[in-house]
Amino acid sequence: MLTNGERRRWIVGGGLALALMAALVLAAVVPLLVATAGGAEARSATFDTYIWRVTRFTLLQAGLSTLLSVALAIPVTSALARRRRFFGREWLVRLLAVPLGLPQIVATLGLLAVWGRQGLVNEALLAAGAGYPVSIYGLPGILLAHVFFNMPLAARLMLFEVERTPGEYWALAGQLSMRRSAVFRLIEWPAIARVLPGAAGLVFMLCATSFTIVLLIGGGPGATTIEVAIYQALRFDFDPPRAVVLGLFQIVLTGLVLVALKCLGGRAEHGGTSGRAVRRQEPDTALARTADGTAIALGAAFLLAPMAAIAVDGLRADLLRLLGEGAVWRAIGTSLAIAFVAGCLGVLLALVLAAARHAALPLAMRHASARAFCASTGAASSLILLVPPIVLGAGWFVALHGVTDVFALAPVVVVIINAMMALPFVVRVVEPALASHRARTGRLALSLGISGWRRMRLVDWPGLRRPLFVALAFAMALSLGDLGAIALFGGQGTTTLPYLLLQRMGSYRTADASGLALLLAIVCLALMTAGSLGTREEERPW
Amino acid sequence: MRPITLFTAAVLSIAMFAGTARAADKPVLTVYTYDSFTADWGPGPKVKAAFEKTCGCTLEWVGAEDGVALLNRLRLEGQSSKADVVLGLDTNLVAAAKKTGLFAPVDIDRKAIDVPGGFSDPDFVPFDYGYFAVVYDSKTIKNPPKSMKELVDGDPDTKIAIEDPRTSTPGLSLLLWMKKIYGDDAGKAWSKLSRRVLTVSPSWSDAYGLFTKGEVPMVLSYTTSPMYHMMEDHTDRYRAAHFSEGHYMQIEVAGMLKNAAQPKLAEAFLQFMVSPAFQDVIPTTNWMLPAAHMDKPIPTAFEKRVKVEKPLLYDPQTVAEHRKAWIDEWLAAMSK
Repeated sequence: MLTNGERRRWIVGGGLALALMAALVLAAVVPLLVATAGGAEARSATFDTYIWRVTRFTLLQAGLSTLLSVALAIPVTSALARRRRFFGREWLVRLLAVPLGLPQIVATLGLLAVWGRQGLVNEALLAAGAGYPVSIYGLPGILLAHVFFNMPLAARLMLFEVERTPGEYWALAGQLSMRRSAVFRLIEWPAIARVLPGAAGLVFMLCATSFTIVLLIGGGPGATTIEVAIYQALRFDFDPPRAVVLGLFQIVLTGLVLVALKCLGGRAEHGGTSGRAVRRQEPDTALARTADGTAIALGAAFLLAPMAAIAVDGLRADLLRLLGEGAVWRAIGTSLAIAFVAGCLGVLLALVLAAARHAALPLAMRHASARAFCASTGAASSLILLVPPIVLGAGWFVALHGVTDVFALAPVVVVIINAMMALPFVVRVVEPALASHRARTGRLALSLGISGWRRMRLVDWPGLRRPLFVALAFAMALSLGDLGAIALFGGQGTTTLPYLLLQRMGSYRTADASGLALLLAIVCLALMTAGSLGTREEERPW
Repeated sequence: MRPITLFTAAVLSIAMFAGTARAADKPVLTVYTYDSFTADWGPGPKVKAAFEKTCGCTLEWVGAEDGVALLNRLRLEGQSSKADVVLGLDTNLVAAAKKTGLFAPVDIDRKAIDVPGGFSDPDFVPFDYGYFAVVYDSKTIKNPPKSMKELVDGDPDTKIAIEDPRTSTPGLSLLLWMKKIYGDDAGKAWSKLSRRVLTVSPSWSDAYGLFTKGEVPMVLSYTTSPMYHMMEDHTDRYRAAHFSEGHYMQIEVAGMLKNAAQPKLAEAFLQFMVSPAFQDVIPTTNWMLPAAHMDKPIPTAFEKRVKVEKPLLYDPQTVAEHRKAWIDEWLAAMSK
């Protein structure tokens, strides 16, 4: 419920945000095409058999990875939602976001310490007398790594939604003595199903654009994604038009999958709530406890073992020396500053887009243009993830070069790219929270005549603060691990922590790199912790 | 951390990027190079200090990810590039670099240059070189392969990590190395070798990371890689295998741009580059071999390096012409 003036303002704001994003993407693509038109050497046909094979593989691995990540996330989510108090729960939930904040090479090395040829699993198998060690290289390894990155993400998004379920639901479930299966079917599953298409779409996009993991664990060029082909076009071949065409192809292809997923989604919103505290009181049985315990323990072991490997490796590095280096602190400062500004920008953009979409929804039943507006805000906030940062970076570089000192602007460019790349994640936290907040407070605010700034300050900010902080922490964690945007502009001045890490790895300093990986993970975890502060103890689910 | 302090921290660190003041009165020579060259432990700081002593100028490094990124950056900038000198392309990239038409002939004394097989080009001056080699972990491998043939035919359970020729220079060089040795049979050899390939990594550092973490006992790297471990980590655990067919070479070169703002300084720098003051720091900072006469003796660890009798190298033009076809051949052989 909004006043007409508010509705108009939000829609205009959303329209501006959309136009800004479109302009930013075009500002990259157009100069890149113009600058390189005709200049590229020996351009090969874009859609040769190579690309079709790559496409097939991209869809196969991304589809399977998504299916596995989401399917495995459901029991973990459900168990975590039910077990609200156990030792270490807070930390486990915070750790769910850490894999995303790590550069892929770091997480991959961590995974290999557990699952690799010389990893813990194989050592255990050998010790147990199993003859030939298990090799994960190839599709199984890609799936394993993608589940490691994305199952926690899916679980995090689902858990967030389940935990938003109004306290009244649980009170009623308790009064009706609903059993575990009924609670899952009637309360948890609808909440999970609400975010499922979005979460699955996000995971699909991340897996489809996966790069380092696919090449490193894929075991050979048979495992190549479209993203690899795009990167390839911008390396030795230096054929930016091909990169742009492949980028568009990737957007269309993945867009189709997202549309298909959307059709699956249930969208029933929560009923009204007075914000009553959640107290779950369904009957507990030994069986339920065992099942939940198993799901949590397995999920935690799967998530924590590689991270523990990263930590152990990091502790072996000369951390004291690293912490004594000015370069390391500068990199941490740079990373945090970029992540913070990018995170704020991402959250703001997501909030404006979500609010505009929400404001336009009631009109969508009557006006096709409003329907189109809702669809495009939704699509833009997802599909932006598919625009390869290297294309954006290269395009802006061409556009800005000659006009101004590109190096001076490098941090700004990196911030904008990171903000846009974080958008799909942030929207998934902000949008449902906004919808239920509006449903809860809209009528009351309207009847009390609170609108405009006063409404934002008195009603919206207190109600949305928590999800916004979570979204910010999420966006920052993502931005921290990012390398794509930095790669083109890094070097002087804008050396971030992951960049420094790769620099050390690239000059034999593997131990330093391990130490920096640990620092990066700690910073990520600190962010997720900070994201959960500023909320009252009893409403903090993590 | 309270949001407000976080915000202050952010503002402060943004202010930090902005404040890179430079000495205004001296001319500035801008040199584009790859990142590991300019790193604290790389040759960059020493070279800068030594050159600035004599040139009456300020040397400014601008780093790109690697040689390929360096060239692509130039292609994007075109005529308006701020670079005076570009340092860090290799022979595989020279043909493409020439094609940009951005480089100018370099008029310096090349007498001191000494690169096996010789390298002469009017536009480019070599500053170091190295040989690719299979580096192995002597803890796990007692009988390293003595030739490419032994590597190809060896036990499929003993794995090697290689780099991807589509994205990485060492990867491309292995492709050329195999082509030099096997010629038209390279496809078949790759099919055979693929049984031993654990993984094909996007860049050298990924493959080398897998190797030093113990995941794979062999990796494609340089004959000089073990020298780093000897001198910095004090271990001779990692060794390079000597191949009887010869080793593929990488020659790293620098050139100056036609539109250089400081052509005199650029030429002075390239001349300085082939002088002992520059060459002396190369072995222990860039972990490559000097391309010209050194004053200091080469460190003793380097004396123990694998000596290459037969350097192998395609000329830049051949690489440029055949790269795509050879990569397709590789793809077909490896994707089976």
